[in-house]
Amino acid sequence: MNEEYDVIVLGTGLTECILSGIMSVNGKKVLHMDQNPYYGGESASITPLEDLYKRFKLPGQPPASMGRGRDWNVDLIPKFLMANGQLVKMLLYTEVTRYMDFKVIEGSFVYKGGKIYKVPSTEAEALASSLMGLFEKRRFRKFLVYVANFDEKDPRTFEGVDPKKTSMRELYKKFDLGQDVIDFTGHSLALYRTDDYLDQPCCDTINRIKLYSESLARYGKSPYLYPLYGLGELPQGFARLSAIYGGTYMLNKPIEEIIVQNGKVVGVKSEGEIARCKQLICDPSYVKDRVEKVGQVIRVICILSHPIKNTNDANSCQIIIPQNQVNRKSDIYVCMISFAHNVAAQGKYIAIVSTTVETKEPEKEIRPALELLEPIEQKFVSISDLFVPKDLGTESQIFISRAYDATTHFETTCDDIKDIYKRMTGSEFDFEEMKRKKNDIYGED
Amino acid sequence: MALRELKVCLLGDTGVGKSSIVWRFVEDSFDPNINPTIGTKLFVKILPLSATFNSLSCSFSTGQVRASFMTKTVQYQNELHKFLIWDTAGQERFRALAPMYYRGSAAAIIVYDITKEETFSTLKNWVRELRQHGPPSIVVAIAGNKCDLTDVREVMERDAKDYADSIHAIFVETSAKNAININELFIEISRRIPSTDANPPSGGKGFKLRRQPSEPKRSCC
Ligand SMILES: Cc1cc2nc3c(=O)[nH]c(=O)nc-3n(C[C@H](O)[C@H](O)[C@H](O)COP(=O)(O)OP(=O)(O)OC[C@H]3O[C@@H](n4cnc5c(N)ncnc54)[C@H](O)[C@@H]3O)c2cc1C
Ligand SMILES: Nc1nc2c(ncn2[C@@H]2O[C@H](COP(=O)(O)OP(=O)(O)OP(=O)(O)O)[C@@H](O)[C@H]2O)c(=O)[nH]1
Ligand SMILES: [Mg+2]
Repeated sequence: MNEEYDVIVLGTGLTECILSGIMSVNGKKVLHMDQNPYYGGESASITPLEDLYKRFKLPGQPPASMGRGRDWNVDLIPKFLMANGQLVKMLLYTEVTRYMDFKVIEGSFVYKGGKIYKVPSTEAEALASSLMGLFEKRRFRKFLVYVANFDEKDPRTFEGVDPKKTSMRELYKKFDLGQDVIDFTGHSLALYRTDDYLDQPCCDTINRIKLYSESLARYGKSPYLYPLYGLGELPQGFARLSAIYGGTYMLNKPIEEIIVQNGKVVGVKSEGEIARCKQLICDPSYVKDRVEKVGQVIRVICILSHPIKNTNDANSCQIIIPQNQVNRKSDIYVCMISFAHNVAAQGKYIAIVSTTVETKEPEKEIRPALELLEPIEQKFVSISDLFVPKDLGTESQIFISRAYDATTHFETTCDDIKDIYKRMTGSEFDFEEMKRKKNDIYGED
Repeated sequence: MALRELKVCLLGDTGVGKSSIVWRFVEDSFDPNINPTIGTKLFVKILPLSATFNSLSCSFSTGQVRASFMTKTVQYQNELHKFLIWDTAGQERFRALAPMYYRGSAAAIIVYDITKEETFSTLKNWVRELRQHGPPSIVVAIAGNKCDLTDVREVMERDAKDYADSIHAIFVETSAKNAININELFIEISRRIPSTDANPPSGGKGFKLRRQPSEPKRSCC
């Protein structure tokens, strides 16, 4: 460890592991350490179940009804992958996808008037859906055709709309869409958590809806994917990529000091030894003095012995509870997966409820979601601070990732990775940079 | 003929010859100047048990980064066994192997060097590690490598065999250098692996992500 590295990475969360992989593939000498004895940091899947009980300080052992502890891999942070999204692109470019198997999430649901409705995934489903009336459906269909044809680079597809100026509110008006359809589109398709987007230029929203429908078109059922054995496989996969390209890995390393000279990082001290480096990447937990709190997220992991009611017994699903349905500013999400994903014992389901904290009683805020899940066999409640870097690393060369936010996707994570990459290297992120530099695959595929 | 993909992972101290064993098995060659493996690599070999091996055309690049995937298929009775061999190195050096490494492995080969007593002592730690993190029904094989170097032997074959028997593991002494017992090791693994999945995953298997087919079919709500 008494050596000189180009980059030292602290923490093995997804952001850190992806950046570590990119750096190693591009010939940088990387030392990657974690103070925890496991991979993944906040984006780990906890196994065995006993460890989850310990982590949440529940007394005693899990009851026998929970099955074998080793059969559980419980995510701390609920997220799905968009089938056509940036993370999937990163997995494909790096070929990390070879280390993993995925399943399609079986359905997406939306909460309305105390009930849940399936977000239609086919035209037939859309026609049969009671989410909106017949005339609304026609107008909505016209709107979707417009979105599908829309191409940011081709003004002929704009039909008089200026995507950089026209607000989304105006675009909805142009298609004469009613409030229900607007809510549905903004929250269930464009996946906005608040209504702030309405007065923004419509381009972003159109692209989000396109991403949704293109992702949906990949596998049907829903636009979301989930890796077998849990999200914790993602950081491990990228760590493996980094290791193949020479990255050195150490877990369970207490980090005593980040050594800064003349305002610039020069190394890291662990167990009395010093490893030198030119640049440092870390998650907020390693640099408490260089981050600030911008909010809180509540997440409740619920273990169930039954599929969620009215989901047609789906073994996995997403439920969005739009803010205006429950008098809030931000939506509440439920992500549910199960034994079918090798994350729970046979017959068990894991539903994670999450949202941005808005009041002094966050547990009360998520009650409508919990009601959909009853009976709940065991609950694990966490309230996490949302940290963002105060120091962008220009001087210090310390690059800090953002905490995982309440969004149940990897969009903001990927944006953060691209942003850190740019700050570290001075050039725009390019997916091509992630490609393995040598053919290191032999035999038939 | 049915094709089964069998993941096999290698464990053992650095320098015992893990990469050399894989190399011999897949390529039937030996490189005395092999570099220490700097990462975790995955080799794939499909091997015909019926005696003769298909020699596969794989071109190896030399340099820092070596094989991360290799494939080779063997015929075993009415099945083709496609071995996906994951070679460790790097991550295990500081006890930082990821659980992903063991995930779904049908078999694990734990290698020690017969000329180095300490590599046999730590083998027991690898067995413990595997029991803790590996799949419950994994087939374990112990390989005492470098058996061509008998004059400097430090580990008695008898002791290793007794230990292997006590944990119901396959045992062979191998030489990657002289091609002794390498194929036999894999053949034995083929034999020991249950012919059908004892416990097929409930809810079906997952799939690998692929690049988008050129023309995406548009369908939306
Ligand atoms: C339960 C649940 C709740 C969700 N809630 C939200 C939410 O509140 N807000 C939210 O933004 N997304 C939300 N999503 C997100 C949506 O599914 C994500 O787009 C997807 O999961 C991200 O996958 P990705 O990282 O592979 O692709 P991304 O990186 O997200 O996609 C690639 C590109 O498309 C853009 N993009 C992708 N998805 C979105 C999106 N949803 N919105 C805007 N731009 C996007 C990104 O800017 C990016 O450049 C939710 C998903 C689930 C499953
Ligand atoms: N004599 C002899 N030497 C061997 C044999 N197998 C491997 N070696 C030598 O032992 C050394 C280490 O072999 P590797 O295959 O790199 O060992 P490894 O276990 O993969 O090592 P790491 O990748 O560092 O973990 C090399 O110099 C090989 O040439 C063998 O059967 N006989
Ligand atoms: Mg090796």
